[in-house]
Amino acid sequence: MTLLELKGVSLSFSGSNVLQDVDFSVPAGAVVSLIGPNGAGKTSLFNCITGFYKPQHGSIRVDGTETLKLKPHQVTRLGIARTFQNVRLFREMSVTENVMSGMHCRTSSGIVDAILRLPSQRREEAEIRAFAEDCLTFVGLTEGWEREATTLPYGWQRRVEIARALATQPKLLLLDEPAAGLTSGEKEELLGLIARIRDERGISVLLIEHDTGLVMRVSERVSVLDHGVMIAEGTAKEIQANPKVIEAYLGVEDGEEALG
Amino acid sequence: MAQLPERPSSWGGLSAILDTRAKQATVICVLLLVMAVVPFVTNDYITVIVTHALLYVVLALGLNIVVGYAGLLDLGFAAFFAVGAYTVGITTQYFGLNFWLALPLAVFFASIAGVIIGTPTLRLRSDYLAIVTLGFGEIVRLTARNLRETGGASGIRGIESPWIFGYHVQSNIDFYFVFLILAIIGVIVSVRLANSRLGRAWLYVRHDEDAAEAMGIDRVKVKLAAYVVGAIYGAIGGAFFAANLGAISPESFSFRQSVEILMVVILGGIGKIPGVILGAFIVILTPELLREVGDLRYFIFAIGLLLIMLFRPSGIWPAARGKK
Repeated sequence: MTLLELKGVSLSFSGSNVLQDVDFSVPAGAVVSLIGPNGAGKTSLFNCITGFYKPQHGSIRVDGTETLKLKPHQVTRLGIARTFQNVRLFREMSVTENVMSGMHCRTSSGIVDAILRLPSQRREEAEIRAFAEDCLTFVGLTEGWEREATTLPYGWQRRVEIARALATQPKLLLLDEPAAGLTSGEKEELLGLIARIRDERGISVLLIEHDTGLVMRVSERVSVLDHGVMIAEGTAKEIQANPKVIEAYLGVEDGEEALG
Repeated sequence: MAQLPERPSSWGGLSAILDTRAKQATVICVLLLVMAVVPFVTNDYITVIVTHALLYVVLALGLNIVVGYAGLLDLGFAAFFAVGAYTVGITTQYFGLNFWLALPLAVFFASIAGVIIGTPTLRLRSDYLAIVTLGFGEIVRLTARNLRETGGASGIRGIESPWIFGYHVQSNIDFYFVFLILAIIGVIVSVRLANSRLGRAWLYVRHDEDAAEAMGIDRVKVKLAAYVVGAIYGAIGGAFFAANLGAISPESFSFRQSVEILMVVILGGIGKIPGVILGAFIVILTPELLREVGDLRYFIFAIGLLLIMLFRPSGIWPAARGKK
């Protein structure tokens, strides 16, 4: 079953084509990676999927629902969650409060409920907190919940961001370079976490990653984007042997080496 | 897992003193007790001034939700104050409505005004909002000044003060307690909203709109909620202000008024409730305390404000959100 399907997606900013006629899909229950040289349009593609950018042509469907006209928060409600390339946690707020933000679209208490502290509101608050703590525990953060999130070590901030995305109860999780800036030990833990997100929570994962070694180990399918064009799609092995891919990478660095 | 370094306390020097709930409760009780006896141990003049400060506490708490929580710069807050006051003035004078029936109408019209001004402007991602709200404030004042229904430049007179269970609220001491109760309710509502799903959403949107959207938060809706709640605070303050003075005129709702309310919020410390209360007292009481030095008082007051902003740019109250 296809969870996410892009057809003929084209995006341009003031004349320059960022994405050209991109076809792409993520099956339910899969870990799929998107690789490509710097500036290939990977993050732009993420922004199209999550509703931040509006492609001029094409269609994007989540579980069969067209999302092109939807705002980002509506796309999140449909079950797409994301992390950001540069970690973007909410400043001056605790780790738990950061993760609690993800529950906003799954809860409903309003102004009156809050002012009157109705039992239903208190129950919901407790649920939000409990689920946030559950997500934090899941990503391996079991302490320091009351600390200001942005004062945590970098690797931990990345995990908080993943926990925050998980708290939106997504069907598909988009990770934008989750391994950037992590130590090799932390990368190993990340691999384990991605596998657990799919296996234990049943959430599909779409990954943008520069560390191609990591990509090859974790994902069933790999797609390669170069200059806004999808140039290859296949299993990790097929991609590594694909001459087009090697050429694309040769433009910026030693392709063979980069692809491991 | 590595040991976490200790998080610096957000209450600064205050956390050492007010470390337990019991101590905090004691401080609050003492403050309330002091406020309760003020009109009986002082004179009429001081009662009126403190009443005025309490009105500003209510108004500034409302603006604090807009500016402090949701991070929207509003330079026309006095407009909502005016909508509340004029709704009570017009409905009680021309339609013979009871004050308590006029009050919900004031809230209703202010909410409508909040939605009207908010819906087209809150989508803008910039300080255009400040300009639009400034314009909105002036439009409301000029409309009030030029309409026959609002009494033109001389405003509306003879607004009857309210009755509560057969008791006529009319003396200065009566209104002192009315505004004290409003301020207390205002604080409770602010605290409860701050620690709610919506209150957190305001902070998320203020800190990072995109990340908040990505978490499924409708930023326009959340901002609009802040705007409407702020408008309601303003309207309630305005309604009781009209009932207290018995007369209102357009000049009570000028740009200067909006700036003064904003000054209270910024001076006390944006987003911090105790700071906002303190700010209201400083802004209202200081010029009165300096009355002896005549015209120099506003000069001295201005220098004081500048010094505070220089040395405590994020407000008088110690930094950041405390523990719940």
